[in-house]
Amino acid sequence: MTAKAISQEERFYQLIDKEEKIEPKDWMPEKYRNTMIRQISQHAHSEVVGMLPEGNWISRAPSLRRKAALLAKIQDEAGHGLYLYSAAETLGADREELIEELHIGKAKYSSIFNYPTLSWADIGAIGWLVDGAAIMNQVMLCRTSYGPYSRAMVRICKEESFHQRQGYDILLTLCNGTKEQKEMAQDALNRWWYPSLMMFGPKDDESVHSDYSIKMKIKRFSNDELRQRFVDATVPQAEYLGLKVPDKNLKFNAKTENYSFTEPDWSEFYNVIKGNGPCNKDRIKTRREAFENGKWVRDAAIAYAEKQKQNNKNGKQ
Amino acid sequence: MRNNKTSYLLHLADNALILSQRLGEWCGHAPILEQDIAITNITLDILGQARYFYQLASRVDKKDKEEDFYAYYRNEREFKNLLLLEQPNGDWSQTLLRQFFYDSYCILLYSELEKSKDKNIAAIASKAIKEVKYHYKYSSEWVIRLGDGTKESNQKLKNSLNYLWDFTGELFEVAEYEKEMIEKGIAPDVSKFKTTWFNNVTEIFNKANIEVPQTTWFQSGGKSGLHTENLGKLLTDLQYMQRTYPNCTW
Ligand SMILES: [Fe+2]
Ligand SMILES: [Fe+2]
Repeated sequence: MTAKAISQEERFYQLIDKEEKIEPKDWMPEKYRNTMIRQISQHAHSEVVGMLPEGNWISRAPSLRRKAALLAKIQDEAGHGLYLYSAAETLGADREELIEELHIGKAKYSSIFNYPTLSWADIGAIGWLVDGAAIMNQVMLCRTSYGPYSRAMVRICKEESFHQRQGYDILLTLCNGTKEQKEMAQDALNRWWYPSLMMFGPKDDESVHSDYSIKMKIKRFSNDELRQRFVDATVPQAEYLGLKVPDKNLKFNAKTENYSFTEPDWSEFYNVIKGNGPCNKDRIKTRREAFENGKWVRDAAIAYAEKQKQNNKNGKQ
Repeated sequence: MRNNKTSYLLHLADNALILSQRLGEWCGHAPILEQDIAITNITLDILGQARYFYQLASRVDKKDKEEDFYAYYRNEREFKNLLLLEQPNGDWSQTLLRQFFYDSYCILLYSELEKSKDKNIAAIASKAIKEVKYHYKYSSEWVIRLGDGTKESNQKLKNSLNYLWDFTGELFEVAEYEKEMIEKGIAPDVSKFKTTWFNNVTEIFNKANIEVPQTTWFQSGGKSGLHTENLGKLLTDLQYMQRTYPNCTW
């Protein structure tokens, strides 16, 4: 058999079939490129916007040890944002433009961060549930077909598991504490449970991008599959805490070894995505202000670097 | 001796805690993601230093209280931090200039504390000095960058200098509780740092195209518990949980 010259396109689909990674310099269909840029940048925005609800409790963290852990956690999320913006840039996207799209409300980010953190227990709930749901997604993405994204996920996943344990530990401490502390924990679970279920995206039959993503091995499991896994993993953890998952229909099915559960209110989901969540406006406004207020600082840094370059040149002549 | 030493340690701890509380306000709000990470790094180092000093203070104090007691259950008048450190973040230039003043001072202070006759203090200082040297590099570079950046950044730095300078005199004042520490070789005499600190600041300011103010009047009081209005509000935030739900484990 003679080796046949194959087209770039054929090679691309071969790589996908053989479970090999697509790298930045490889040829790829525009649809694949755009899907990747959209997904990675949304993910990056989520990391960065996600710093805000938790940041709300840095100044009020109830112990110095927890304050340090919270700062370190939020700093990790900033790091995740940074990796992911870089991964998006390998596809030819421009970080400033991506950020601009976030600030004008064009780009999406995880809806969960449009809910407020009303008590210290929310910091525990976010670590446990939100980072927990993120892990379900991200463990899958460690095997995604785009190389830089997949590698970023491997690094990020390790830190996310640490965040999840830390969040769970906050709640465990509350649940072993006073009546008021335990109530605080229950209230947090009540408010964060359904928004966490929404993190996996709409139901499979309503998900617009799912099919292509699965075909291109960007995603490995459907939204509903991941949601089910999350519920199955999380319910026993809630029981261990002695907290009640706010779902009357929650039932363990011994045959399938799954929990059946109540779907989140999808009209709320679409409403929050549209911009009507409790904190959408605040979150974007805060990010935009940080960026705008920082403009003179970035300009100064550029101007200074320019001068240094000039001086070095003149020095060498 | 025990009282003076406890007070001195609380002074060092309060400096670090109050500054880290201020710096923590930047997390999520810095001019660019890279700097968000950098400033949070510094926040974490300094918060760590505060915790070491509180832990040591609690051992010296022997009242069977833990680090959090000193951070969360003392009132304004009991805090012994420098006034400079409780001043608001303002813009990036004000935060970095405040940091630069403190870092230049801490390099001198911790290098001396490394030689303290108290081995525990020396151990904390010798760990902290490594961090402080890195912070100094960061803050001094930012002062130069902003001063020698654009017209706008130069002006903003000048405004910050105008606001913060009045609080730098206190760095070199010796509090009552400090005297015994100096006599016993546990703490250095900070009044002797003044010239070195001043020369160093002048050198960096020259590179930053700004001038050292000529004022001779300085605010003081923080080290002995007399603060600006800023501290009370900061503590309200910091201590909210412990005061609202006393005697809980978190
Ligand atoms: Fe993350
Ligand atoms: Fe995380």
